[in-house]
Amino acid sequence: MNVGIVSYGAYIPCYRIKIEEIAKVWGDNASSIIDGLMIYEKSVPDMDEDTITIAVEAARNAINRGGVNPERIEAVFTGSESHPYAVKPTSTVVAEAIGATPNLTAADFEFACKAGTAAVQACIGLAESGMIDLGLAIGSDVSQGAPGDALEYTAAAGGVAFIIGKEKTVAKIESTYSFTTDTPDFWRREGMPYPEHGGRFTGEPGYFKHVTSAASGLMDRMGTKPSDYKYAIFHQPNGKFPVRAAKMLGFSTEQIKPGLVVSRLGNTYSGSCMMGLAATLDIARPGDRIFVTAFGSGAGSDAFSIRVTDRIDEIRNGAPSVEELLANPIYINYATYAKHKGKIKL
Amino acid sequence: MRDVAIVGVGCTEFGELWDRSFRELFVEAGISAIEDANIQGGEIDALYVGNMSGGRFIEQEHLGALIADYAGLASLNIPSTRVEAACASGGLALRQGIVAVASGYHDIVIAGGAEKMTDVDVQITTDALAAAADREWEGVMGATFPGLYAMIARLHMHKYATTQEQLACVAVKNHHNGTMNPKAQFQNEISIETVLNSIMVADPLHIYDCSPITDGASAVVIAPAEIARKYTDTPIYVKASAQASGTLALHDRLDITTLDATVAAASRAYRMAKVTPGDIDFAEVHDCFTIAEICAIEDLGFVRKGEGGPASLSGMTAIGGKIPINPSGGLKACGHPVGATGVKQAVEVALQLRGEAGRRQIDGAEIGLTHNVGGSGGTAVVHIFSREK
Amino acid sequence: MSVPRFWRRLKNLYNLIGTRCEKCNEYYYPPRNMCPKCRRSGLMVPFKFKGFGEVLTYTVMHSSTKDYAKQTPYILAIIKLDEGPNLTSQVICSHKDIHIGMRVKSTFRRLGEESERGMIYYGTKFVPLINPSKEF
Repeated sequence: MNVGIVSYGAYIPCYRIKIEEIAKVWGDNASSIIDGLMIYEKSVPDMDEDTITIAVEAARNAINRGGVNPERIEAVFTGSESHPYAVKPTSTVVAEAIGATPNLTAADFEFACKAGTAAVQACIGLAESGMIDLGLAIGSDVSQGAPGDALEYTAAAGGVAFIIGKEKTVAKIESTYSFTTDTPDFWRREGMPYPEHGGRFTGEPGYFKHVTSAASGLMDRMGTKPSDYKYAIFHQPNGKFPVRAAKMLGFSTEQIKPGLVVSRLGNTYSGSCMMGLAATLDIARPGDRIFVTAFGSGAGSDAFSIRVTDRIDEIRNGAPSVEELLANPIYINYATYAKHKGKIKL
Repeated sequence: MRDVAIVGVGCTEFGELWDRSFRELFVEAGISAIEDANIQGGEIDALYVGNMSGGRFIEQEHLGALIADYAGLASLNIPSTRVEAACASGGLALRQGIVAVASGYHDIVIAGGAEKMTDVDVQITTDALAAAADREWEGVMGATFPGLYAMIARLHMHKYATTQEQLACVAVKNHHNGTMNPKAQFQNEISIETVLNSIMVADPLHIYDCSPITDGASAVVIAPAEIARKYTDTPIYVKASAQASGTLALHDRLDITTLDATVAAASRAYRMAKVTPGDIDFAEVHDCFTIAEICAIEDLGFVRKGEGGPASLSGMTAIGGKIPINPSGGLKACGHPVGATGVKQAVEVALQLRGEAGRRQIDGAEIGLTHNVGGSGGTAVVHIFSREK
Repeated sequence: MSVPRFWRRLKNLYNLIGTRCEKCNEYYYPPRNMCPKCRRSGLMVPFKFKGFGEVLTYTVMHSSTKDYAKQTPYILAIIKLDEGPNLTSQVICSHKDIHIGMRVKSTFRRLGEESERGMIYYGTKFVPLINPSKEF
């Protein structure tokens, strides 16, 4: 393939809530939850932040980092499971707010936690075929977890944007492969405020089957093996699943460490795996190969093989790194969190 | 242009007047002004009604006709005009009446103002008042009037070391004056601590830094000076009527802490009346917030820019001080029914100049000034009145 | 704020697009269609502001209108943009940190909504710089 990542940008709201604070409200044992999930705190959006505002901030960071002329962007796809509108695209707001309108196509994607990487694949196809110059693929979420549900400990807010094109790439996308089945491990019905999930059913038949199948499927097709990659990122709904998936596939802890941001961030759903890739690109050197596997409930996995180019050093400092976005959080209590998340009905 | 005088004044009590409607309030104020001037309804040539937001407060527009009708003047078919300039609506209605008589178009004119603010929820009132700011570029960003004046106060404190105590002493003084005004909404003494310990509305402004939400109406009868003595032994002569506009939005103002419109209207008024700030014996100024009175005494030229805070704390603006400000209690204590305020200021000045202000009487008052502001300074109206022709 | 009234100035609110007078080179935000300096002889063209500026004055709003009541306390401020003009907006930061002269940059936020069922309004607010040495 000739396409790659031209630029990337991330955004994380500045608020965090600690697992202890949530556990206190529901009478749970915080240390056993932390041990079980390997998550210490999660990001919380401000009162006036949503999937759209986060997507715009991530997209603007991508544009600024790469010095990209937004008028060259001919496709905007935003993946999310928390689009503010059921009908009315997130992506049109994003396109307008980055100055890419009107000569472009736009659409919203939804595929649980892998809607962002599905958007990346769509941009790859359009750019590779020459239908567009640049494509903007975003994964952004202010994910929902019902009060008291296990998901509440992990459902976080954040977004990542990738600009996909053929020229001046910071990372070549060598290949991509997806593995998809109808596996009802997690869903949210139309009009319902919070998702439902299959508990432990989300593990083996959901996450692990799809992630390992997509990952080994891509490596088989390419003839690569884990040791060919400097870094690897797997969808991180918690701190344990990606570590176990890596181990099952033969990747080491060192390979996944730079991209494993979930313990300080929580699960940013459509942004989750892409955030790990952004954090890895923040520190990668030219020539490094990166293996990425996203997972979305319902269920499917998108795997990518990526090779970093020399240009990464030129643009790296043009926008906040994931580390900078994670730094200096403002910790809030459960009451403020409930207000921010609209859990208190006024 | 001919000279003009106020020959009758009237005012309702100010406050939360749950039992009285907008039209009843205006008619009550109008009747007392007419009785004060001892004129007959048939002598009235025109009516000017100051009102800011009948549409939002009582869902009623077309207030000119409504008032003419309920004042029993419908059968005379006199012209009746509603005048709007946000919180300066009253001052502008007064000015329209003065201009109409001075020009010779009309002889006897009633200029009044009224606002009924308590028929709706307080957040709706706040939002209706916020419409006096720039809705598209201030209101939509979450600006309210306490917010805008708080930003003026914050910068005034930053530039001139003005303190919260100095702001508070304006409210304390105006509450004290209010205790001597039987029509005032608040007739209780407060202390600086009362203000500083009250809830914060928009930092640094506490609730006691803000004028209240008020129902009320006021009216004056305006006549040509040459026939004024036909109606009263104590006509109050209009020495100047000046109006100025500034930027609608606070952020567009050259200096956030200076109301250009006040400065311009005042300088025109002083020129017209051939007086200087030093000649003014007392003034009713637009103290919608404590900081507004501090800015007003600076912008009207009573003190230098930046010295309003210390001057207020020194007692200079109290009754008995060098330049008594707001003997009525001002907007802060007398109350602020927005459309009525500008007219009420003239009623107070007339009572003071006639020597009929009771316990709050300023001894030897000869020349008084009124200062009415719309919004954060988009409109300012300054009038100067005198006992002498 | 009705839908057309918001939509009409959506680009201004989203992207800080104001105007510049080509005759006197003065910058305006909010946009104006007549230059107050040159009046009829001016020539106004759209201008996109960079989004950097400093806090000229501010207040912490503890009570507000119905649309903003849920967001209190919030910081309302007048921001002086680097290109010249002043605008009113909100600054999102700790109430302990806000001060006159603070460097801020624009950020994309919700301004409000018609109702739970209605249109959501987006626009520009301001945040302190994360890394002033890198200008972001």
